[in-house]
Amino acid sequence: MTNKINIDETISWQQITPGGNVCASGNSEDFHTGDWRTIKPVFIADKCNQCLLCAPVCPDMAIPVKDGKRGDFIYEYCKGCGICAKVCPVKAIEMKADN
Amino acid sequence: MSKLTEIRWHGRGGQGAKTAALLLADVAFSTGMYVQGFPEYGPERMGAPITAYNRISEDKIRVHSNIYEPNYVVVVDESLLESVPVAKGLKKDGAIIINTAKTPEEIKSNYPNYDCRIYTIDAKEISESTLGKYFPNTPMLAAVVKVSKLMDENRFLEEMKHSFEHKFAAKPNVIEGNMNALIMTLRRLDDDK
Amino acid sequence: MSIRERLSGNEAIAFAMKQINPDVVAAFPITPSTEIPQYFSQYVADGQVDTEFVPVESEHSAISACVGSQAAGARTMTATSSCGLALMHEILYIAASNRLPITIAAINRALSGPININADHSDTMGSRDSGWIQIYSENNQEAYDNFIQALKIVEHKDVQLPAMVCQDGFITSHAVENIELIEDAKVKEFVGEYNPECYLLNEKQPMSVGPYDTPSYYLEHKRQQAEGMKNAKIVALEVAKEFEKISGRKYGLFEAYKLEDAEAAIVIINSTAGTAKDAVDKMRNEGKKVGLLKIRLFRPFPAEEIAEALKHVKVLAAMDKTESFSSQGGPLGAEIKAALYHEEKSPKIVNYIYGLGGRDVKVEDISSVYEDLYEILATGVTGETYRYLSVRNQEGK
Repeated sequence: MTNKINIDETISWQQITPGGNVCASGNSEDFHTGDWRTIKPVFIADKCNQCLLCAPVCPDMAIPVKDGKRGDFIYEYCKGCGICAKVCPVKAIEMKADN
Repeated sequence: MSKLTEIRWHGRGGQGAKTAALLLADVAFSTGMYVQGFPEYGPERMGAPITAYNRISEDKIRVHSNIYEPNYVVVVDESLLESVPVAKGLKKDGAIIINTAKTPEEIKSNYPNYDCRIYTIDAKEISESTLGKYFPNTPMLAAVVKVSKLMDENRFLEEMKHSFEHKFAAKPNVIEGNMNALIMTLRRLDDDK
Repeated sequence: MSIRERLSGNEAIAFAMKQINPDVVAAFPITPSTEIPQYFSQYVADGQVDTEFVPVESEHSAISACVGSQAAGARTMTATSSCGLALMHEILYIAASNRLPITIAAINRALSGPININADHSDTMGSRDSGWIQIYSENNQEAYDNFIQALKIVEHKDVQLPAMVCQDGFITSHAVENIELIEDAKVKEFVGEYNPECYLLNEKQPMSVGPYDTPSYYLEHKRQQAEGMKNAKIVALEVAKEFEKISGRKYGLFEAYKLEDAEAAIVIINSTAGTAKDAVDKMRNEGKKVGLLKIRLFRPFPAEEIAEALKHVKVLAAMDKTESFSSQGGPLGAEIKAALYHEEKSPKIVNYIYGLGGRDVKVEDISSVYEDLYEILATGVTGETYRYLSVRNQEGK
């Protein structure tokens, strides 16, 4: 049980981890919260002044930051909560219907 | 079945009847016997009548009930004679040992239904003269050992000395008083014979 | 050489805890188990153990602290009784389903009301389906022995479930009796170190404990938990064998006393079993073929083995020191009847409720049960199967 195992709805009772305990770390990467989104943020790079207020308020990890600059959204991790758009002082994030 | 001795103690909450039963279990254990020492528990109130029990045997003891037909009854507080049927179930060849200044004859005339041997010991007087305070359970313990012949008296005194030395390590003057209380009780009951 | 001593049941448990020297004890006092953390905290204060003693503000907190510390990787234990165990109820399920091998010294006491402090089994029987192993003890010796063995059962990799080691409040918890203790070094070697595979404080292998479980997985987790409980039966026997080597004392899943040729038998739990053995011997002297089966493991319930031991008996009484208010008997009665259901020739079975709230049970009371069983044998009529022993009734019978 010391290694990360993949658990999906085919796993047997013999293989599942006791009590659902997760004996691994960093596994939120494998958890894609983006699949229950109804609206999505759209990044308008031209308006962005790279103040980086948006990145820390993201409850997941949908806003990648590299070398002090944010990049475009990773939608796999975006549940469309809209906090980033609310916090952006220059309206560089717009919430739109996710089709 | 081997010889089993059953003892019932009657006292009042706070007087040390439970402690006396546990001390008797201790000393009988030290002489190699199988023992049980247990009180009957209920709401704890200072002064309320309480009962404690001993079983002492050469064989393992399995039974875990209270004692209804004791070989010996010890009454630590004389006032209980009026309010509690202390002699209930007592075996005819058994004995009742009462802490009182009265003689066995006086007790017998007051309680003619006590159909067994009666012993009295003035634990108050003995305790106050040897310890300077009223701790009835030391004399009562000696009295029950004397009457029941559960163990050799010298062995009993030896074990008790050992136990007091352990218990009162910080207060050595109390050891002598307690030992004197035991010895005085044993002598008094010698004289009664 | 074992150590000849005289201790009360509570002293015996506290002494076992001292010898085990667990990492954490978290407890809240409740009669009649209070003395256990009381004596143990003295050992802590005197530096005789290096346990982290956590005095908490309720039993819910006590068991919650135990869950946290056991999950962290610490060998953890506590003690409780009656309403204290009831207040732990919610967390008992958490401990079991998170597969945390905590040990509770459960000192059986009636679960109110009317409020009562004396012994019956309503407290632990109320927790019987929480996923905890339950081991019952006749006297101080068994409580001590079972407590030490429990540790090795619960921590076994095939089990990983918590256990409660039960004994009767006051009747054995407060009675000073002879006991044979095992030397410290032998106990320490027997229980060994607690080395869980995964634990929260392992910086090399971080983990999460107690995540939310959706309907897609919950059933599998429960099935797996049930397997741990099944395994506990096998492990308990292995541990008992090892224990015999250091103690000379034999333990099984239950104790059969003069049962081999018995035609009338009773099944009973805890201290009254000792009283009942005296009743059996008395009746055997009168030529009556009586015997008894004393439950040790109630969870898991060793149904097959019990059925095998009882199937030749003609008439049987299951003795419940608790009510279940099913209107047809108590929990032991239900288990015994279920265990014997598949036998072709099952004994006639009656179920007695006895000794509730500390009502004293004498040798004669148990003898009267055997007399009742012989009446069933003689007449062939079982009559009422749900009975109260020695209860006062209007008819004065």
